[in-house]
Amino acid sequence: MAIRAIRKFRWVEGLFCVYKPPGVHWKLVRDRIETCILEGVNGTPSLPPGVRLLGPGRGPTELTLSASSLAAHPLVRGPEFRRIKVGVGHRLDASSSGVLVIGVGRGNKPLNDLYQMCCTRDYTLEGEFGFATDNFSRTGRIVERSTYDHVTRDKLEKVLAMLQQANQKALLIHSNVDMRSQEAYEMAVTGELGPQGKSPPILTGLRVTGFQPPFFTLELQCLNETQRYLRKVVHEIGLELRSTASCTAVRRTRDGPFTVDQALTRGQWTAAQVALTIQHYNNSKRQSRPLPAPAAL
Amino acid sequence: MASSCVQQLCRRSTSHLRSKTSCVTLLYSTHVQNHVAGVRTADKTNAGGDLIIHGNNSIFHASQTRQQVGVCYYSGYNASPLLPTEHRDTKELMSTDALSQIKDAQHLTETNARLDTDEAVYPSASEEITDKDASHTMVLSTLPSESSSLRDYVDESETLSKLVQLGVKLWKLEQRPNVGTMLLKLDFQTDVVPRLLFLKEMGVEDSGLAYILSDNPFILKEDLENLHARVNYLKSQKFSPETVASMVTRAPYLLNFSVKRLDNRLAFYQQQLGLNSSKTRGIVARLPRLLCGSLEPVKETLRVCKIELGFKENEIQHMVMLVPKLLTSNKRKLTQIFDYLHNTMKVQHHLIVKFPQVFNSRLLRIKERHLFLDYLGTAQYDSDQPNYISLDRLASLPDEAFCTEVASATLEDFIMFQKTM
Repeated sequence: MAIRAIRKFRWVEGLFCVYKPPGVHWKLVRDRIETCILEGVNGTPSLPPGVRLLGPGRGPTELTLSASSLAAHPLVRGPEFRRIKVGVGHRLDASSSGVLVIGVGRGNKPLNDLYQMCCTRDYTLEGEFGFATDNFSRTGRIVERSTYDHVTRDKLEKVLAMLQQANQKALLIHSNVDMRSQEAYEMAVTGELGPQGKSPPILTGLRVTGFQPPFFTLELQCLNETQRYLRKVVHEIGLELRSTASCTAVRRTRDGPFTVDQALTRGQWTAAQVALTIQHYNNSKRQSRPLPAPAAL
Repeated sequence: MASSCVQQLCRRSTSHLRSKTSCVTLLYSTHVQNHVAGVRTADKTNAGGDLIIHGNNSIFHASQTRQQVGVCYYSGYNASPLLPTEHRDTKELMSTDALSQIKDAQHLTETNARLDTDEAVYPSASEEITDKDASHTMVLSTLPSESSSLRDYVDESETLSKLVQLGVKLWKLEQRPNVGTMLLKLDFQTDVVPRLLFLKEMGVEDSGLAYILSDNPFILKEDLENLHARVNYLKSQKFSPETVASMVTRAPYLLNFSVKRLDNRLAFYQQQLGLNSSKTRGIVARLPRLLCGSLEPVKETLRVCKIELGFKENEIQHMVMLVPKLLTSNKRKLTQIFDYLHNTMKVQHHLIVKFPQVFNSRLLRIKERHLFLDYLGTAQYDSDQPNYISLDRLASLPDEAFCTEVASATLEDFIMFQKTM
């Protein structure tokens, strides 16, 4: 007996993440995932039994009739699901790549909560010294060229430390807590000190992971950011070093609890794979939950 | 008896028009009431009485065989000005003809009712009726006069149920504007059957019929002489009968185009590509939708190939013979893929001409695979060098096969690499 579409749909409802490739608009990714899930959830309709069409020369055509009502037949009713609610978490612009959180059906509600929650995101930025463009990336019009021989790794790290200091100050200011209170101390101890809600973009962590002039790689954690802001950070780093830099790649490696290892690549965007991922995530959640304390005797 | 019946009929119909509640329901009352709002005034001005009687008896028969009733009433709103004449054209049962006459008469009574509002008679709904009248009252039909789905009519309509049994996707067709109405108005024996038999004569398979009708329901409205003329034209151009059948199955709109238009297209392809007639036939037989679509995008694509991409005439001919789909591909996609192949991957012109199917794949796929091979150090596209990788294997193989055969790596490695891009 074929599995009903609604049961298959329940298996794919939930939150999961995909890897958005560079050069693709996030909406196309969302549409493609919706199409793939619809394909997997809807079955293929079958022909009603007893269809024969005799050719000419054998009298009138013969078509045997089926007894049941045809109004409920899949060819008349159509597929059970025509559209599915597929939601996207924090968006990525077209030239960035990385983890994109997707919610299906009932998973859209926790997606909303996740969106509101202020959790940090991990990015890997690749930059190049030597030229500055108007949109801070390689596709823009070059505005300035400069040399970069004088740039060394410790100079770069000094500039990053300065940036981190400024961002830390911004973090404290926007956390809306009086710094001299006990509450602020407790929040800082548990690591919850930070802006709750809207704030300008704040980098909570920043470090160099690769330096082969003119190319360098940065790894950072941030809050409330946009990819354009991150490219601007690279541009400003270049300016601080008395040179120029532009960003060649922005890659998100983590969005809240979703990391790049769990992300599904384009070849894996099928309903079966999505169901497997969600099941895996549910199992791991169940395992990590502490067991209920036994009732006191 | 008849006249009293008529009077009561008139009274009830007018009362129904005024007070929307009526426990005495007549077959046509609710339907026609909705009709009346949208329909132009009928031309009939002669004695409504005769028509009503005529109609009355046949309605009674019609209510017992409820098959044809819904058919005409669905067509109420969408093509309402044509409705009376349409009924005359289709060879339906006499009852449906009479039903339309009833509608006209009903409209008449309504206009009469509008004129003499002062002398209106208002019988109450709880008025007792005689047994004779009770036996003549009709049961309200459950078919709606208008609906957004063919589901409500499929059991009643012979055309629709036979189409479903053939495998036609009614749910797709009803989403297109006016197609549902058109299908309901068709008569199975006179409209649908001759054309299905014609298609079968041509050699179309039963499964092909469902595909053609799901894509192009308007073939059921085409004149049979025109259809025959077009097929004969194609056969005169030396397309074999099996080829013609396969072309029609794969491009369902083909037979909707006039002979002149088909002729124009064939001549265009022959002239633009500079091929002889048998080769042109081959291309058109493999991709029949070339004859259906507009020619402007094809001209644009050929211009792009010649000028921007720099392919010579014979190279374009060779590529189109191998992959006719090139002619209808997006020019932006062509230029992007060519740019990446030629400038980034440094693939020569002659190799691209040899494997034009690379233009069918997505740019992202080619990029990912090339970068993976580059990372592994095995990106060799020059046919003279060892470990040469041909473009068709790069672009057309599925991921598993590509990883094991071409890249000598596992699929997991490829996935991990994709996530570093």
